[in-house]
Amino acid sequence: MTAAHDMLFRTLADPTRRAIFERLCREGEQTVGALTAQAGVSQPAVSKHLGLLKEAGLVRDRHEGRQTHYSAQLSALSPLMDWTRHMAGFWESRFDDLEELLKRMDQ
Amino acid sequence: MSEAATRSVIVEREIPHPPEKIWRALTQPHLIEEWLMKNTFKPVVDHRFNLSADWGGVDCQVRTIEPNKTLSYSWDTKDLESVVTWTLTPTGAGTRLRMEQVGFRTDQEPYYRGATVGWKRYFLALEDVLSRVD
Repeated sequence: MTAAHDMLFRTLADPTRRAIFERLCREGEQTVGALTAQAGVSQPAVSKHLGLLKEAGLVRDRHEGRQTHYSAQLSALSPLMDWTRHMAGFWESRFDDLEELLKRMDQ
Repeated sequence: MSEAATRSVIVEREIPHPPEKIWRALTQPHLIEEWLMKNTFKPVVDHRFNLSADWGGVDCQVRTIEPNKTLSYSWDTKDLESVVTWTLTPTGAGTRLRMEQVGFRTDQEPYYRGATVGWKRYFLALEDVLSRVD
C-alpha cells in the first residue's frame, strides 16, 4: 500500500467525514452551511472534515462571494478501483519473495 | 469472454539465477509454498491443484509445461477466471522472468475490491514470517 492509499483509507475511515463525502457524491456541489445543516455536527467541525477531504484530494473548493462551495472529486477514488495495479502489486511482491527464496536455495 | 473485456497484468524481472534454478522454485510444491501459497501443484499437464491461504483459495489447472522455459496454469477464484503464464528466457547474467495474468472481466471489479483487503492482510502475515526466516 502506498502513502496515497493510506491517506485515502484514513480519510474515509471517519463515518462523519465519509457521510459528507458521500453526500457531495450524491447531490453535487454544496456550501459549508448546507452540509452543516445535515451533518449533525458544528460548522467548524464540518469545515475541519472538508479540509481533510481536500488534503486527500477527495473534494475541491470554489469560492464565490462569501460562500465556499465544495464538490466531490471522484477521480481521487480511482487508485482504490484500479485492481490491475493491485494485482501487479501482488505479483511484484511475489517476485520479491521468489528472489529471496532463490538466494537461499542451492544451485 | 470478448477481447475488450479482458485485461492482463504483466510483471517482468531480470533475475541473477539460471532458468533451471528458477524452474525448481516455480514447480516444486515445498518451494512454491515459500514464495506464493500452500499448494497441491504437480508439473503434469491437466493436473488440477489448488493454492490456499487463510483468506481463501485459488483453483488451478496446469495448461502447458516446457521445462525451464514456460509454465502456464489457470487461476480461478469464486467469480474470476484467469490464466497465469510464466516465461523464462536465459540472459547473460541469469534469466528474464515474465509473469502474465490474463482474463479478467471488467464486471469483476467489485469482487477485486473485496479481495484486495484479504490479500493485504496476507501480505502483512507473509512479511512477518519472512522477517523471521534467514
